[in-house]
Amino acid sequence: MRRRCCEEFTRRAEAGAGVRAIEPGMPLPAGTGMTRRGFVTRSLGLALTVYGAGPLGLFDQGIACAGAGRGGPILVSIFMPGGADGMSMLYPAGDPLYAKLRPNLALSGGQPFAEDARLAWHPALAPLAQLHSEGKVTALPAIGYDHPDQSHFTSRHYWEVGATDTELRTGWMGRYLDEVGTADNPLQGLSLTGQLEPTLATTRVPVAAIAGPDQYTFGTSGVWGSVGDRMLETLGRFGELHATDPALHTVSQVASQSDRLRKQLLPFADKTKLVSPVAYPQTSDGFPQHLAGLAAMIGADLPLRCVALEASGQYDTHAGETAALSTAFGVTAQSLLAFQRDLEARGVADRVLTLVWSEFGRRAQENGSGGTDHGAAGTAFVIGSRASGGMVGEFPGLAKGLDVDGNLKPTADFRGVYVSLLEQWLGFDAARIVPDAGRFARPKLVR
Amino acid sequence: MKVDVYQGEFGEPQAERLLWRAGFGPRPGEAAALAAQGLDGAVGSLLDPGPEQLVGPPPHGNDGHPLHPYAVWGEDHCWWLDRMVRTSRPLVERMTLVWHDWFATSNEGVGSQRLMIGQNELFRGHALGAFDRLLLDVTHDPAMLLWLNGTENVKGAPNENYGREMMELFTLGAERGAYTEEDVRQQARSFSGWQNRWSQLRGDFDFHFDLAQHDDGVKHVFGSSGRFSWEDACRLCVTHPLHAPFFVEKLWSYFVPTPPDSPTLAGLEALYTSGFSVKAVVGAILRHPDLHVGERMVKPPVVYVAGLLRRIGSGVTTTDWAWIGQLSGQQLFYPPNVAGWDDTRWLDTATFLGRWIGVSRLLQDHQRNPNHPPPGVPPDASTLVGQAVAFWRNPPLSSGTLGLLGEFARRALADATADWERKAYPALVENALRQLIAVSPDLQTA
Repeated sequence: MRRRCCEEFTRRAEAGAGVRAIEPGMPLPAGTGMTRRGFVTRSLGLALTVYGAGPLGLFDQGIACAGAGRGGPILVSIFMPGGADGMSMLYPAGDPLYAKLRPNLALSGGQPFAEDARLAWHPALAPLAQLHSEGKVTALPAIGYDHPDQSHFTSRHYWEVGATDTELRTGWMGRYLDEVGTADNPLQGLSLTGQLEPTLATTRVPVAAIAGPDQYTFGTSGVWGSVGDRMLETLGRFGELHATDPALHTVSQVASQSDRLRKQLLPFADKTKLVSPVAYPQTSDGFPQHLAGLAAMIGADLPLRCVALEASGQYDTHAGETAALSTAFGVTAQSLLAFQRDLEARGVADRVLTLVWSEFGRRAQENGSGGTDHGAAGTAFVIGSRASGGMVGEFPGLAKGLDVDGNLKPTADFRGVYVSLLEQWLGFDAARIVPDAGRFARPKLVR
Repeated sequence: MKVDVYQGEFGEPQAERLLWRAGFGPRPGEAAALAAQGLDGAVGSLLDPGPEQLVGPPPHGNDGHPLHPYAVWGEDHCWWLDRMVRTSRPLVERMTLVWHDWFATSNEGVGSQRLMIGQNELFRGHALGAFDRLLLDVTHDPAMLLWLNGTENVKGAPNENYGREMMELFTLGAERGAYTEEDVRQQARSFSGWQNRWSQLRGDFDFHFDLAQHDDGVKHVFGSSGRFSWEDACRLCVTHPLHAPFFVEKLWSYFVPTPPDSPTLAGLEALYTSGFSVKAVVGAILRHPDLHVGERMVKPPVVYVAGLLRRIGSGVTTTDWAWIGQLSGQQLFYPPNVAGWDDTRWLDTATFLGRWIGVSRLLQDHQRNPNHPPPGVPPDASTLVGQAVAFWRNPPLSSGTLGLLGEFARRALADATADWERKAYPALVENALRQLIAVSPDLQTA
């Protein structure tokens, strides 16, 4: 309902969008001063023809932006908000204490987990079990850090900044982008949640946040034609204002970044161009559509490097855990499977690696409300055609693997995972990104 | 310990900033009227505004229907936005927004707009009151009980959710050594016993305290022991030595973007601890030099929209503001999580587009028509800039911004070659100028 309202409104608003994508073969709009540019998306196999405003060369600028990001590896971060119950993702059916600690929540009927006979996949995660059997999922059944913090916000912050440091203000992916990114390419760091994910927070280079690649158009009532183009040109020029006041500076920078991003996304302004070769789950939740849009952008070779989004569902299951997880896991896992198949169909699956994580796992013992309270180590996955597969770390067992608070102890450190992803996937010196990188074991995550 | 008071000039620009920080910006003429009262009079009138009057016509939806804030998605947002636009008590309304962010409760978890608005009235009632009373009332507010599982916290099977967040986010703060994990568990026991009923017809109702479900055993909290009740649990937090510094620093951050120095902090703490008075602390912050001469702040999305409507004397005439709030990163009654909105990161490329769309939506009802140009010589670029600035009631704009606007107008008019273009373009240019002024750095900050 909300989305429909939004589209109606954007449609109602007149032009000002500068350049519109239209079908090949359509005549040039008369008297607008626009020239036609051709653009072929490699893997969609579709010729997208758009009209670029001649004097501004908007479209060329968008496509020409930062060729440096093109064709390289892409790292995707998917956050499960709220502290997902790792012990329900790969549940320890074979641990004698499981039924005792989880009398109401204990799961059954899931597929066995190949690397550890004690564990089984949550039935709703069957799509991930499938990818795991193909060697495309690496499972980390007890990931966390020493001296765990059970605050959502502190623990999430640690994961986002890549260090157990409450003062750090840049994300670990953001610091990587600050090293390799360019000033003219907001798409190098792309947040698909409709707001900037802190993991991508940079200090030097721009990054982008959008709700979807086909929804990034700037229209204004009563403005069209070349006046609209000039208006957006001026929006971009707010970045030239050079204010010393931090708040003024923020607005002027975001304005010009928004204009750059708008140009980069021009090929997607027409949503009919967002055709997926595979079916994604049909749901009101945005997650499957975000992944479908991401696959289309990767297929169109837009200059992405790091991408962040949130999984379907809320995972802070203090109550009603059984039903909440089966829905949330179901949509998330089906979407991830569709995304992988989509990338495979487009021939770009070997360029994308996805980390699925949460700020912590949950207490081993269930609470009195059909849920679980905040815990420590949780479960993460690395997914992709070039993922190492198998398991990293191990499930420590419920008899000896719980700390004094009754929470799972970690057998893998999230900072070690970041170090491995930086070195093995992005080919970058992790010591420049992760504080004390040398301190962490480097699990093999990439084949 | 006395808190510093701003001694400089208090003219219209200072009054305008004060109205933004303590409310939703000026209505036409309001900044001048406030400036005439001087700083002390101005702050006094914000702190003690008298009974609320709603100025202007009541709000309505797209087809003119009255709003249904309890029943229809998004009309809760528009109902509150209207209150921000029309109220004669801007600081009370702004503090209501502060408490909504401080005790951030989302209807995502509550599932009842009626209960959310009940909580909203609670915040309004305590807007400038005593924080210890507010904390007690929030603790058993139905929306909060549902949001943080308060009614699922029972004797023998504690649910830690409220006990943890009320210490971490509401009273003491994380990573300050104020409490331990064991304190979280013990506090949870003190909060046990709240219950409610549910029916198909009424949803969640009949919120009450059930002694039989309360754990009345001895608890050990912050080093002391006793058969603590839920009221004791609240009292232990607000009398904790680390509460006052947490409280005044957090409250300060809503009004001033840079942290207070230590004498200021100490002065504010002294004001606060004498009776948990929110009004005393807010009054001192509003008079502080850092607010009047320091850095600007990015306006929160809903404050920005309410302010644009107030600025041109308009009201809420569409329910589009709800999804526009969502796109801008602030849908009322739906904060992102229990920590509230991140007030240091309102702007990114996505939320910027949300604000752009909001301005465009507002201007939809205020357009120059290019098909009916006024008779006579078409206006030139500087006339158009002047008219567009006047449309927004002459906000102060930097010379850099004015330079860009002028250049835009000149270039866009020069593109007109055909006769019809020379007639139509001035209207298009003025419409575009109105949009650009509203999204300029000058108007998005205060």
